[in-house]
Amino acid sequence: MALDLNMSQFHDIFFEESIENLEVMEANLLSLDIARPEPEVINTVFRAAHSIKGGAGTFGFSDIADFTHVVETCFDEVREQKRALTRLMVDAVLESVDCLRYMIAQSKSGQDIDKDKVAGIRQKLIALPAATQSEATQQPTPSWHIYFHPHDYFLKTGNDPYRLFRELAELGEMQISGQLDRLPPLQGMDPELCYLSWHIQFSADVARGDIEEMFEWVDEDCELHIELGGERRQHADRRAGGRTGGRRADDMQLPTSAASGGQLPGQESNSIRVNTEKVDNLVNLVGELVITVSMLSRFASTNRRPVDREKLKQSVEQLERNTRDLQEQTLNIRMLPIDFVFQRLPRLVHDLSRSLGKQVELKLSGNATEIDKTVLEKIGDPLVHLIRNALDHGIETPAEREAAGKEKVGVIALESYHEGGNIVVQIRDDGAGIDPEAIRRKAIEKDLINVSDELTESQIHNLIFLPGFSTANEISGVSGRGVGADVVRSNIVELGGNVKVASQKGIGTTFSLYLPLTLAIMDGQLIRVGEDIFVISLLSIIESTQIDSSLVSAVAGKYEVYRYRDGYIPVIRLHEVFGVQGANTALDDGLLVIMDAGRRIGLLVDDILGQQQVVIKSLRTNFRQIESLAGATILGDGTVAMIIDLPGLLEFWLAENESANTPSAAAEIST
Amino acid sequence: MTETPKPTRILLVDDSASMREMVSFTLKAAHYEVHESMDGVDALAFAQDNDVALVVTDINMPNMDGITLIKELRQLSNYRFTPILTLTTESADDKKQQGKAAGATGWIVKPFDPDTLLKTIRRVL
Repeated sequence: MALDLNMSQFHDIFFEESIENLEVMEANLLSLDIARPEPEVINTVFRAAHSIKGGAGTFGFSDIADFTHVVETCFDEVREQKRALTRLMVDAVLESVDCLRYMIAQSKSGQDIDKDKVAGIRQKLIALPAATQSEATQQPTPSWHIYFHPHDYFLKTGNDPYRLFRELAELGEMQISGQLDRLPPLQGMDPELCYLSWHIQFSADVARGDIEEMFEWVDEDCELHIELGGERRQHADRRAGGRTGGRRADDMQLPTSAASGGQLPGQESNSIRVNTEKVDNLVNLVGELVITVSMLSRFASTNRRPVDREKLKQSVEQLERNTRDLQEQTLNIRMLPIDFVFQRLPRLVHDLSRSLGKQVELKLSGNATEIDKTVLEKIGDPLVHLIRNALDHGIETPAEREAAGKEKVGVIALESYHEGGNIVVQIRDDGAGIDPEAIRRKAIEKDLINVSDELTESQIHNLIFLPGFSTANEISGVSGRGVGADVVRSNIVELGGNVKVASQKGIGTTFSLYLPLTLAIMDGQLIRVGEDIFVISLLSIIESTQIDSSLVSAVAGKYEVYRYRDGYIPVIRLHEVFGVQGANTALDDGLLVIMDAGRRIGLLVDDILGQQQVVIKSLRTNFRQIESLAGATILGDGTVAMIIDLPGLLEFWLAENESANTPSAAAEIST
Repeated sequence: MTETPKPTRILLVDDSASMREMVSFTLKAAHYEVHESMDGVDALAFAQDNDVALVVTDINMPNMDGITLIKELRQLSNYRFTPILTLTTESADDKKQQGKAAGATGWIVKPFDPDTLLKTIRRVL
């Protein structure tokens, strides 16, 4: 049929959209508090199911539509408060999510769906005991819980929350608590905007429609949830799925009167309301300023008239000071405590460990470590994935742990700290560790390595980061849902960071994320190789030294190592790596800059020049990505200098010298 | 020394004389001060020179309709937060939304009895 053919062009979009919707369902299901489900979360799950059903029906996937209908009905009844949410139901729906994922995958690849399997899960959903909400019949006066969150422009509609409350109060008893957590500090407050939201506990013999009618004029200008029953909820934070999710709201309780104004909570978290674009522009501006300063400095040093020179120097110093202040202030705007990401994790661990039947204690430390906003936003998902992974594959069940002579309660420790020019975020679990044999088998099965390949344990661990190693097709297992470890790594690498895994079977696993402190400006050390000037990260320099060639020995005739303190470090000849002509090649005439690139390395350079802050310009957007270079910058005299990416350089250099070294030889020289 | 508080002034805009009459009568009986306008142009001119606490306007009117009037009023600095109610008929649901989109606070559905009118007005005053 011609019509069918035309529809098929939308199938891919439908599949993609459905998978996204399934992810939404899953995330929301996992965040549900069974005893006190948040209406918005229930609604979100319902809406996601509803749109999958709609799409499936439209595009002719009737089995998906039928199946989703059952899920949708289930949540519709919860939404309408016709039935209570149960743990059993959430589990069954989670299973359905997996089943739908399977059905979509089969439909996508044109394969048949295992009807028995689907029918089994469907039956489970239908057979759920229909626990009904009984509170309504027990209470003589219905008690409503109303969450009213006006959009910020609310007042400009001529409506006033106070008047709404006044009208409500005419109908019954109420308790209002205002949420002040979105209130910015006084100097940043726009008096024309409404920053507040309210939880109202309302006892009145009215129907839902009566309450809805009061909000009739404003239903599009606010977020409104009206639900029957429920005791007073304190400290409830109802913003479902928000980035800053679990942040505790500043509750302010007022008996039957609206809060307007009120006292300032003085929360540091309020400072996140900064327009990123503005900040980015500002950072750029500062970058230009930095360049100007370098130019001025040059002018000052070549100006020969003594009197002018002194004055010029003074003003330049002033300018430099100002620039630095401005720069620091500006960059600070972008820095946020990593706690913004950390704080949503306890809930995840709590829910997940319960559904997996495991006992886990989550330890967080270094919550106050500040990190660039962009980096912060992008590490949320990778962290969630790694935590899930640790819970699902790492931590054993209490019985297994006891049998292994471990404490029944497993520990997942999350820590963040500064190391060199990086922020390190470490996720450590004391679980079963990675079983190298299992990984190896799976990698062979997936055709990622050959049976004959001999790999070190750490190389095997790193296999989990290969694309295709973990697949979303796995129906069971929490971490099998959604992204794989390869996505975690690519997300982090995209930010200019790196991921490392270390694991010991039976002892535990540690993932370390190395993240850049900021993406815009770095403290650079200028070095000269031949006629070329390169920039290296000042923070990564351990020391620089004149080389004593007697301390250098060659490994396998090709690869030079330098005796440094108690170990050997590889000597990387920058002139060789970057093919610089006319550079000094004699070890004794050069300088060795010893750096921390995850491990210690020595860079052979001709000379060490000044230190300055450099503005990082992306090579990818201006030219193309080059391995071992992090970007470029413009120096005071207008020339362009390349910024060396140390971990990248090391990787590149190791690959180049691979033929001369087995991986184990490379490992031995690390200090 | 006692002083009666200045009555709250309401600007009523409708091209239908009978409707103006009825609304005006009801409001005055409830001790509001009412200024009547026949169309948007007249109402806007009055609003520019006088302060009012509430605007009640019809939608379909000659010269300047209610939607345009609301938009114009919202441009005036002292009318940015003033409640504005539209007079609409039950069937015209899109008119309610149009009014809302233009900046109206709410609506009163025609036909209405005096009690409903007063009750609705108290919602915004």
